[in-house]
Amino acid sequence: MNDTRLLGLILVFAPLSLISFGGGQAIVADMQHQTVDVQHWLTDRQFVDLFALSRAAPGPSTLIAALIGWQVAGFLGAIVATLAIYIPSSIAVYGAVRWWHASKDSPWRGALERGLAPVAVGLVFAGALAVLEAAHVNALQIFTTVIAAGLLISTRVGVYTIMAVAALSYALLQFL
Amino acid sequence: MSLEHSPETPRVPLLALMSVFFRVGITSFGGSTAAWLYRELVENRGWLDEDGFVTALTLAQVLPGANPVNLAIYVGSQLRGGIGGAAAAFGMVGPAFCVILALGFLYAQFGNSPTAHAVLGGLAAVGVAMTLSIGVKLARKVRKPVPVLIAATLFVTVGVLHWQMIPVVLVLTPISIGLERMAGRKKSA
Repeated sequence: MNDTRLLGLILVFAPLSLISFGGGQAIVADMQHQTVDVQHWLTDRQFVDLFALSRAAPGPSTLIAALIGWQVAGFLGAIVATLAIYIPSSIAVYGAVRWWHASKDSPWRGALERGLAPVAVGLVFAGALAVLEAAHVNALQIFTTVIAAGLLISTRVGVYTIMAVAALSYALLQFL
Repeated sequence: MSLEHSPETPRVPLLALMSVFFRVGITSFGGSTAAWLYRELVENRGWLDEDGFVTALTLAQVLPGANPVNLAIYVGSQLRGGIGGAAAAFGMVGPAFCVILALGFLYAQFGNSPTAHAVLGGLAAVGVAMTLSIGVKLARKVRKPVPVLIAATLFVTVGVLHWQMIPVVLVLTPISIGLERMAGRKKSA
């Protein structure tokens, strides 16, 4: 049972690793789809909770894979999922960096840089939508997202300040 | 690939490489990794010059994988080849991995309490805002009609219509890069 689940984690995360242009945010949509709808490892609510934890924690957002792995198959699951999400993309980056330095005058360098940017943008926004859908957001959460996004985009307010205020307000609202 | 550096710069010990990224990994909360790395790598240690750092940032962003980890692989492999890249990436991810496991453990204990769920609901809303702000930042580079169309197609097919992400990306990515290459050729001709 556990072996099947570990193998499942690799089969879900390793391919996503290779297309995570723009980082972990880019593959959130498919992670949600695979772990909730296809594999039934998590409920929508658990997925959104783990997404929230991975954003509140330090480090890259891809570490949501470790949290999912932990939920699916314990400590070993966390290790396996983390390796599956990092190793394929890391090997690709290593190869791409070597190629980059070996082909200084190649016109493909600019084409690669400019051609990957729109892919990343489309995937990142799809990821935001996927979490909003899975969270079955209420009006207060949409309000929070809009205000927080506005602050992050147009001011220098730190994300941890915003998170602390949000966490505190949501906890207090529980007791009203 | 470390040839560019080896004659004049001294060989950086693997442990030093790992410990720099380890330190950045535990101190750079909240996505300020690039700023910390700039201070450590360019200003304090001189392992990269300004141009090298900009190239590293650009590549780390467009290639698959997490930005900070990709930066670590770039710098590590520049200085010490593949093994250097692995050491730097391990230093970068290790501390964050331990923190996330601790959070996962707490979630397993307390995740079902209504207050925890309420707080996580708030954090998820801010998390989506972080994703949106990254999307907006990346979108500043996407201005011309064709790239905008490609970004929009990806968003609609994957985000709205729930098409399978991997095939869509495998089709659109080569098209996007190919079109940019053709546009570049036309300009230089």
